[in-house]
Amino acid sequence: VKATVLVRPKEGIRDVDLEVDIADANAARAEIERMCGELLANPLIESFEIRLGGA
Amino acid sequence: VSDRPLVAVVVFPGSNDDRDAAWALGSVGAEPTFVWHEETSLPGGTGAVVLPGGFSYGDYLRTGAIASVAPVMSAVREFASVGGPVLGICNGFQVLCEARLLPGVLRPNRQLEFVCADASLLVEVADSLFLRRCTIGQELVIPVKHGEGAWYADEGTFVQLAARGQIVLRYTADVNGAMGNVAGVVNEAGNVMGLMPHPEHAVDPLLGSADGGLLLAALVDAAAAHRLGAA
Repeated sequence: VKATVLVRPKEGIRDVDLEVDIADANAARAEIERMCGELLANPLIESFEIRLGGA
Repeated sequence: VSDRPLVAVVVFPGSNDDRDAAWALGSVGAEPTFVWHEETSLPGGTGAVVLPGGFSYGDYLRTGAIASVAPVMSAVREFASVGGPVLGICNGFQVLCEARLLPGVLRPNRQLEFVCADASLLVEVADSLFLRRCTIGQELVIPVKHGEGAWYADEGTFVQLAARGQIVLRYTADVNGAMGNVAGVVNEAGNVMGLMPHPEHAVDPLLGSADGGLLLAALVDAAAAHRLGAA
């Protein structure tokens, strides 16, 4: 039997908490998306999800 | 003042092959000089840049990710944009990929184990700046030592790179699960190269191989040419 094992870090292990000094939620999300695309995640091999408010 | 071409070896916190690289470059005719990662410019007269192996900034996020935005990288990016030769070795390769100066990314080895061995490589392209002292199909023996050296790109990019001759070195066998056994790639302009094997550890037959000297000597040739061009 062949199997593929998907090993993923549990929540909090590799997640990044950050604070941006932008009041507008849409603008903050856009800025964080830019940061993810440029550094926090490598879109070639990683996906990311943004949760505003730290929830 | 030395007549030897000046090659800047960038030192990140965690680099551990910087001194080996400098020694090896000196053995093939360069004047190596170390450049700390906090620097925002390269020394005047720099003919080539080497990003050495080891680690950088703890390799947090992903290997080479933090180093890709280090202060010195703006200067490296600018140097590359005007045709300056840049060579990334192992962690340096990871940094250049994360900086998007080279295509692809280095993933954890397929076997999820650190690999430390002599690797046989096939020269795919000989008209590359970095392989001018080699011939197409030549087999080189250069050691590898890495845990995250499996080069990867999306299928479309891989096909495009192969067609353009940007895949310059391949392993003759599966070493780490790299896509297409890719060991080294260059950028589209051909003046930036990254490879996982360590040429600086293969410059003396007493240590098993001098094949790495072919790459480094070609880099020194390119450094001399770039310095002349810039003068």
